[in-house]
Amino acid sequence: MKIDSIQNGIVLDHITAGKAMLIYKYLGLDKLDCSVAIIQNATSHKMGRKDILKIDHADYDINLDILGYVDPGISVSFIKDGKTIEKKKVDLPERIVNVVKCKNPRCITTTEQGIQQIFKLADAQKRIYRCIYCETEDQGERISW
Amino acid sequence: MRHLIDPMDLSVEEIEELLDLADDIIAHKEKYAKVCEGKKLATLFFEPSTRTRLSFEAAMMELGGNVLGFSSSDSSSSAKGESVADTVKVVSCYADIIAMRHPKEGAPLLASLKSDAPIINAGDGGHNHPTQTLTDLLTIRREKGKLSDVTVGFCGDLKFGRTVHSLIKALSRYENIRYIMISPVELEIPKYLREEVFEQKGISYEQVRTIDEVIDRLDILYMTRVQRERFFNEADYIRLKDTYILDMPKLKNAKEDLSILHPLPRVNEISVEVDDDPRACYFRQALNGKYVRMALIMKLLGIEKPE
Repeated sequence: MKIDSIQNGIVLDHITAGKAMLIYKYLGLDKLDCSVAIIQNATSHKMGRKDILKIDHADYDINLDILGYVDPGISVSFIKDGKTIEKKKVDLPERIVNVVKCKNPRCITTTEQGIQQIFKLADAQKRIYRCIYCETEDQGERISW
Repeated sequence: MRHLIDPMDLSVEEIEELLDLADDIIAHKEKYAKVCEGKKLATLFFEPSTRTRLSFEAAMMELGGNVLGFSSSDSSSSAKGESVADTVKVVSCYADIIAMRHPKEGAPLLASLKSDAPIINAGDGGHNHPTQTLTDLLTIRREKGKLSDVTVGFCGDLKFGRTVHSLIKALSRYENIRYIMISPVELEIPKYLREEVFEQKGISYEQVRTIDEVIDRLDILYMTRVQRERFFNEADYIRLKDTYILDMPKLKNAKEDLSILHPLPRVNEISVEVDDDPRACYFRQALNGKYVRMALIMKLLGIEKPE
């Protein structure tokens, strides 16, 4: 299958197979007015199978923390005039802001207006994030789909 | 500016300094009678509390400072819908230090991010209650002369009891503590505590079902209340409730120098007859709460120990 390479934008490679749509939703790519290619189950020497996302948007300000939270290990390539100008590997972020929301009904985030939903990495091995306010473990509830 | 939100915000050295200062306050009360003259403590209690609020207020008064505040959210502007952030921004214009209790977990942390005055968490829902932990540590140190090398039994509701969780975390930083958890299976310590304190630090603990089987080994017995509403069915509650009530017969095999602690309020989990036993420390513990809060107020206001 052939997908055109992009001239200006971002390529997310080495996405764990099956996670492309999740990342698409977490990044809110459906709201962009540009071409987005979602390639699922591509062959990979390293991973066996992988997903790839190509975002054809010159000024897209990507939230790397979201990528690190959903699927650490993704490679991000920034493309300008058809050439890769920067390549980054994302890690688990130390904190994520306004990505997921706290599920604890007793948490101050459920009543306070304008409060940021902040989660801190509590256990990198088990990939556990906790709400900074009440320390409840993140249940992956995204703020708004 | 320093706040006290989580008991683990303080290093072991800082806790030692605070406890030393509290000891000095107890020994030389008159020396401290005016150290906070001209300073104001605001007690923002969005939910009712008797002991904690009065203890904070008494602490500030004994340091020569003044107190203002409210004791329920009905009498504050939060009843009109004001946010915690706004309330704290305003109050920090009027007070030098703020003690805050709130039913929502994390409210004092939010307050500390917005306030121009130091915030002390005086209890946020079922989450943290750091001044109770400091009170417990001061009591253990005063009763035992040390915070290490002791066998501590935690009894009752170990699942929901925030004072137990905080004290377990705080004690995990000291050497050679032997933990014995005494609770029904429904109220064992939560998974996160097992994983993040005991397993991560390689600390072992015993889990037993009755006080009787371990009472002879304990240096400290930390009692909490088993509440009816924590059980799924009434029959289990009735079957178990007396197992966790401490009375004189249960103390028969206890060490002579056992220290019985309880964060209070007590309902019936310690029989009144135990109060007269010298091993009952819980009222001394309540008094220690005032002294450790005096030390904390001084530390957060940056007031030096007087000569």
